[in-house]
Amino acid sequence: MKNLLKTKTLSLIILLIGVSFNSISAEKVEYLKTDWSFKGLFGKFDRGALQRGYQVYTEVCSSCHSMKYVSYRNLAEKGGPEFTEAQAKAIAASFEVIDGPNEDGEMFTRPGKLSDKFVMPYENVKAAQAANGGAYPPDMSVLVKARGGGANYIYSLLQGYEDPPIGVTLDEGVHYNKYMYGNKIKMSNPLSDGLVEYNDGTKATIEQMSKDVTTFLMWTAEPHLEARHQMGFKAIVYLIILTVLVYFSMKRIWSRIETEV
Amino acid sequence: MSDHEYTPKSKFGKWFNDRLPLLSLASHLTDYPTPKNLNYWWTFGGILTFCLITQIVTGLTLAMHYIAHADMAFESVEHIMRDVNYGWLIRYIHANGASMFFLAVYIHIFRSLFYGSYKSPREIIWILGIIIYLLMMAAAFMGYVLPWGQMSFWGATVITNLFSAIPLVGEGIVTWLWGGYSVDNPTLTRFFTLHYLIPFLILGLVVLHIWALHVPGNNNPVGIDIKKPSKDTVPFHPYIVIKDGFALLMFMIVFAFFVFYTPNILGHADNYIEANPLVTPAHIVPEWYLLPFYAILRSVPDKLLGVVAMLSAILILAALPWLDTSKIRSAVFRPLYKQFYWILVADVLILGYVGAMPAEGLYLLIARVATAYYFLHFLVILPVLGFKEKTLPIPLSITEPVLGGSSNLATAKNKEGLNN
Repeated sequence: MKNLLKTKTLSLIILLIGVSFNSISAEKVEYLKTDWSFKGLFGKFDRGALQRGYQVYTEVCSSCHSMKYVSYRNLAEKGGPEFTEAQAKAIAASFEVIDGPNEDGEMFTRPGKLSDKFVMPYENVKAAQAANGGAYPPDMSVLVKARGGGANYIYSLLQGYEDPPIGVTLDEGVHYNKYMYGNKIKMSNPLSDGLVEYNDGTKATIEQMSKDVTTFLMWTAEPHLEARHQMGFKAIVYLIILTVLVYFSMKRIWSRIETEV
Repeated sequence: MSDHEYTPKSKFGKWFNDRLPLLSLASHLTDYPTPKNLNYWWTFGGILTFCLITQIVTGLTLAMHYIAHADMAFESVEHIMRDVNYGWLIRYIHANGASMFFLAVYIHIFRSLFYGSYKSPREIIWILGIIIYLLMMAAAFMGYVLPWGQMSFWGATVITNLFSAIPLVGEGIVTWLWGGYSVDNPTLTRFFTLHYLIPFLILGLVVLHIWALHVPGNNNPVGIDIKKPSKDTVPFHPYIVIKDGFALLMFMIVFAFFVFYTPNILGHADNYIEANPLVTPAHIVPEWYLLPFYAILRSVPDKLLGVVAMLSAILILAALPWLDTSKIRSAVFRPLYKQFYWILVADVLILGYVGAMPAEGLYLLIARVATAYYFLHFLVILPVLGFKEKTLPIPLSITEPVLGGSSNLATAKNKEGLNN
């Protein structure tokens, strides 16, 4: 009786797990994968990829996508693209920022400063929608964390544009992307080979640009990732050493009475 | 509580202790006789205290930088993550700390279920625990709303809407809870206020929970009453302190791994999208620790009955000391209960799993069977088992388990009396 009950429960659980895994894998597409520099216990950002990724973002994405939580000063901070302060200042100054009101009560424009947030392509969500056929290009500051598949999803999506399969009709202004939820996306294919010209001589293939800009987006979403990994390693090593020491103290204390601990 | 007299050595100590017996309390806590056979499942009480304090300290720090306003909450969280010194660390500890808190509390509850710790004379400890658990769920739910992401907003909408199932006054109650006609800024500010308040209520209840524990003393894996102090007990300090400390450090390693290496894995990606009342997420799911109850809620076709079932699933636990009719506490000596215990564990895990899946087809069917079994366990199996089950002989004391020969607690006690 006991064994029967056990076997029954076990087989029920195994059955359920089997069913669920099947249904999950049926729904999800496999995302493209690549060797992200920021993965793993010691993962750090590839500086070159971050700087190239910033270039792709500025020259391509930023015409529609805002990045409202990131400041120009962040570009020169440790753990980021680590542009020099002079470079970051020059980048900031290349943007026009609306400031004010001044003493006359007027708004005015001035060159950007390090303390400014990234200038937004549109004044508000409505303006962004109006310019993009009703679809709002999402703010990119935390985009990688706001999508289930994370970096792999963004990386795949950028390379997922295809002609629609036979039988699928698309409305005007809608594109087919095999990694997009429902396969229909309002953003047209943003990348093409050689679209940007990298200063460091890296060949600007679609794959390379996708990887660089995704790395950059990972950094904007998690600007303290490197500090987190470094501190995490130290914290865990410290905890393990302390745990071992406390374990032996415990053994010693409990040896005063005969009980196993 | 004062089962032994303590006299401070110094004159000032004596003077002070006569007026406020803090030193007597400290002495009671260090000498507190604890069964020496407590296993590692008993260390989660200490771990939970650590979790509560961690949540309060990190929460206070976050509250210094957070702005409870529908237009600024999301941005202020990003400000914490980016510009506040170690803000990312504090927020990730707080967010993952909630999950760690629930992980620990579930182990603590299921330990109690296995060893029958809720039985006489510990019913009040158990009921205080259930109230703490309810408050924890309220605090966690409201805390999840504060970042004002998509899951915050829609989770709040779904859960508050449950009150509309109450006949006649339901709609009015929902409007009253929201402070308006939808989840909006007034909802956020009151949730923030309550989220700030509840942990201190929990802290007060934890003091009562421990106080109530110190009256009969700890249950133990053998589940028998022991004489205190005796050769079956050890003083709380240093024996239990060091053991709890060791277990806490192990727990902290797991905690640190989540905080530093996978800080967002237990959250939902949609909560990094700012709340938008016009866009409903494809699937609205609560945090993992609420999933079993979410599954019970959705498994009942009628809204009101669903809410009743969900609440009953929690409140039924409060009646557990009286639903379980067996005189034997520990499952170690209850061969049949042990089986049903593990089936219940599996049942709750299954409920948690289907709670995360869409409520349709096979998932819905499984959720219904698992819900029915959950109630069957508490309302039928436990009461009947107490009468039908043939229990194993229980030992007379912890130190002499092999000498036990009697089949129930009463005769064991009589024998103990005879031996003395």
